[in-house]
Amino acid sequence: MADAEGQVIVGLEVHCQLDTKSKLFCGCSTDYRSDGPNTHVCPICLGLPGAMPALNRMAIEFAMKVAKALNCEIINEAEFSRKNYFYPDLDKAYQITQYDKPLALGGYLEIEGDGGGEKKVRLTRIHVEEDPGRLLHMGNAERGKYSLVDYNRAGIPLIEIVSEPDMRSPKEARKFLNKLRATLEYLSVFDSEKEGSLRVDANISIKGSERVEVKNITSYKGVEKALTFEVTRQKNLIRRGQKIDRETRHYLEARGITQSARSKEQEHDYRYFPEPDLRPLRVKSWLDNIVLPELPDARRERFIAQYGCSPSHARTLTGELKLANFFEQVVRGDPSGLSPLAATWIADTLIGELNYRDMSLDLVDPAAMIGLVQLLKSGTITDKSGVEILRVILDQRHKGEATETPDAIVKRLDLGKAPSDDTALLPVINEVIAENPKAVEDYRHGIDASGNFLVGQAMKKTRGKSDPKVLYQLFSKVVRTKEV
Amino acid sequence: MARHTIPFEPDDPCHSFLTTCTPAEYGDGPLAGVAVAVKDNISTKGIETTCASKILKGYIPPYDAHVVGLLRSAGAAIVGKTNMDEFGMGTTTENSAFGPTLNPCDPSRVPGGSSGGSAAAVAAGMVRMALGSDTGGSIRCPAAFCGIVGLKPSYGRVSRYGLIAYSNSLEQIGPLGKTVQDISTLMGVIAGYDRHDSTSQDRPYRHTPAADIKGLKIGIPEEYFGRGVDPHVADVVRKAIARLEECGATTVPCSIPSMEYALAAYYVTCTSEASSNLARFDGVRYGPPPDTRKPWHDAFQEVRRAGFGAEVRRRILLGTFALSSGYYGKYYAKAQVARENVREDFNRIFHDVDVIAGPTMPTIAFKLKEKTDPLSMYLADILTVPANLAGIPSISVPCGSSEGMPVGLQIMGRMFEDERVVDVAYAYEQAVN
Amino acid sequence: MVTEHEVQHIAKLADIGINTEELGTFTAQFNAILDYFDTLDTVKGEGTGTSELFNVLREDEVEISLPQEDVLRNAPATEDGFIKAPRVM
Repeated sequence: MADAEGQVIVGLEVHCQLDTKSKLFCGCSTDYRSDGPNTHVCPICLGLPGAMPALNRMAIEFAMKVAKALNCEIINEAEFSRKNYFYPDLDKAYQITQYDKPLALGGYLEIEGDGGGEKKVRLTRIHVEEDPGRLLHMGNAERGKYSLVDYNRAGIPLIEIVSEPDMRSPKEARKFLNKLRATLEYLSVFDSEKEGSLRVDANISIKGSERVEVKNITSYKGVEKALTFEVTRQKNLIRRGQKIDRETRHYLEARGITQSARSKEQEHDYRYFPEPDLRPLRVKSWLDNIVLPELPDARRERFIAQYGCSPSHARTLTGELKLANFFEQVVRGDPSGLSPLAATWIADTLIGELNYRDMSLDLVDPAAMIGLVQLLKSGTITDKSGVEILRVILDQRHKGEATETPDAIVKRLDLGKAPSDDTALLPVINEVIAENPKAVEDYRHGIDASGNFLVGQAMKKTRGKSDPKVLYQLFSKVVRTKEV
Repeated sequence: MARHTIPFEPDDPCHSFLTTCTPAEYGDGPLAGVAVAVKDNISTKGIETTCASKILKGYIPPYDAHVVGLLRSAGAAIVGKTNMDEFGMGTTTENSAFGPTLNPCDPSRVPGGSSGGSAAAVAAGMVRMALGSDTGGSIRCPAAFCGIVGLKPSYGRVSRYGLIAYSNSLEQIGPLGKTVQDISTLMGVIAGYDRHDSTSQDRPYRHTPAADIKGLKIGIPEEYFGRGVDPHVADVVRKAIARLEECGATTVPCSIPSMEYALAAYYVTCTSEASSNLARFDGVRYGPPPDTRKPWHDAFQEVRRAGFGAEVRRRILLGTFALSSGYYGKYYAKAQVARENVREDFNRIFHDVDVIAGPTMPTIAFKLKEKTDPLSMYLADILTVPANLAGIPSISVPCGSSEGMPVGLQIMGRMFEDERVVDVAYAYEQAVN
Repeated sequence: MVTEHEVQHIAKLADIGINTEELGTFTAQFNAILDYFDTLDTVKGEGTGTSELFNVLREDEVEISLPQEDVLRNAPATEDGFIKAPRVM
């Protein structure tokens, strides 16, 4: 299908750190984040004269797992090359990467397209390379600027996954990234929670205009933001009749904007040539020995079939490895009984509350969630009380306070459902009817909103502990009776 | 391990050493107490290692090259670091940032290069043996010019880990010594697999030289006695080969057609790799400090301009050009095809002969400052680079003199048949002594 | 034929400062050398590119890194464990 003039076209280059124990070409530990600068380096990753790279087998195995999961083809003979350029964070003044003989070609990843339904995003290639060191920008204009370098990150294995320009909106780009992250996590080759473990360069164009490369996107949300900014910027230029330059732009995360890289940086000639200190890889046959775990799509289908999840809940729940595991932990004891409620409460309520607090799922004890869902299922509490209990639990965890079980919270806050027999509630109903004659009148004339208003008033009087359904039935009964 | 020391405070009129270790430590083992000199491009933990370049002045490696570790475990006394052409780029050792080494046989002449300091130290009797490195003849050339023995091992037999790379795909560390027995002993210490060098092979060297060469077939390539080769040198080498025939070998004429472009392929390859290898010298992690207030390109340019000598900068530029966009196919890619053709030529010849013999160098040692034009200097490597391009073992053994200066006989062998070239050299040495 | 302009461009790529006097000499020497390199134009064949040594890999095992003081010892300028470098912004 040909794109119409003005269509947004996006392709991504995603760099992910592979979660090996040691670096790509040396034995230095990859677990550097909590240690001081330059404490995880050796002659090899520091680029000392005379040091030579030795390739980590696990990094290649991890990359091949990814290639298999993404339906790529492994090439017969892969090779490492040197990408030559000067930058203070680059210890050898070249990066060992793969150029004309990358490990894997082709493949695809399915995402939920903007038009609904599954959409295949084709991949160009996957290759393995080393991360450079990390630079801090120091000083100021008056006293002189300089950089500080920490080589702990230098040599961490990366895979670069390059997509075809198959995405048609910033939202699709975000979905691609989320799906990719989930897939890599299911494969146990990647830890998305490690700071800086993922970096994205995006190519974006408006059909009919030049392509712009946006570099330096370092977060999942950043991709959609950066691309949305670019779409607006480019469309504004086009509207004003201006030309879009083919250029590289940097995403400035803090400001949410992109900025043109200086033209000097764009005059690159990387002078790639085969890395003479490494031997070629002929690993295609390894594919046969790779057994893939259940991947997000399969798990989603299973959640629908096994737990009766709605397609949208199943997608959300399986969209993150931890979340999917959490869900299954919660329902394990009573799958048929707990699944429908657990799916809603985890996929909708829990995620919303966690996002609101910017809090990790790790802090939530599955047992607490089980307790909560059981209270809801037995009808002991109302949905409203359920939310309140969840908030108390999350706030306690978030603040590191002593935590209570849902049962204890119900007792302490007296959140048990009020008796739902008519005798206990009738006085409340009558009180509300007496206080709101106008609403009663409207309700009698079939205005539903008035009925909801009356139920709300009654809920207030019972401090949210009554079942709104029961209240509604009582109202309709009482009002009808009075009419007669 | 027991540690002992020997004093090492020699006269060094030829300027063989850049650094001496006084006293030098040694341990127990097959080389216990033997003084060994190490070329200054081989990393030595705690001992300054400069590649004879200002850009590495003061650099103290925090680790030992694999071969240095092996030397230490064999009990050798590492007595110092020897002078060389800066980063190995030269044929005379005149390209040292710290002044040239002189030839002990005639101090008005160069010792050859780039392992000139190692060769001169052995020739002058300061040490019994030394390590050099050979990218395009850098062990064999100074061995020939100084009248000693030098072996370039088969590519992969000696670990390069810790050898400061000039041209990774071509170079090997190898032994220099007064006698074939000595270089054989040293080769026995340094050869073998090293997991830190992915190009190293599990082919240890356990060999005692044997002088019996009856039935040996020697190929004599016409190109090694043709244009550009000093007729006097050619005569001396022919006589040496005749001596081998007297020992029971037979000779077969042969031809290496790829010699026509071998030198070009060599210089394209080594300068390309060098341009990348030497890019890391920017003063950030070691070396002279860059001005950190300047933008990085400006700061790096200043450091590299001041730190590298003219020949090094020339080769970096050549290599950068050969790899640059639009020229890669014409130069680098073509050179790799040429290399394969050289390898095939040797394979074909080695189908019929056991070794190939000829002069090591086309001339005797040059006078100091005799050669100033870079291209004519490069042409002097024509007879040594084929072995590097093909990866095969090659030895230079003294075989007489011309104008009073030593001449080297070069013997090249099949891949990994280092033992055989050592034996042929040994047979010659035994026959003339 | 390479021009002085091209040599200057290459010098920039290689971050090698060359001054004006050198530029002329280097360019002339380059042209002589590149002329010689043109013999490569006569090279026949494609090259098979095959190599007997492949799949050289090490196991994913952590080894001890250098002590920080050894890492910093050769660096001309350091600050709080970092290595000081020219500015890039």
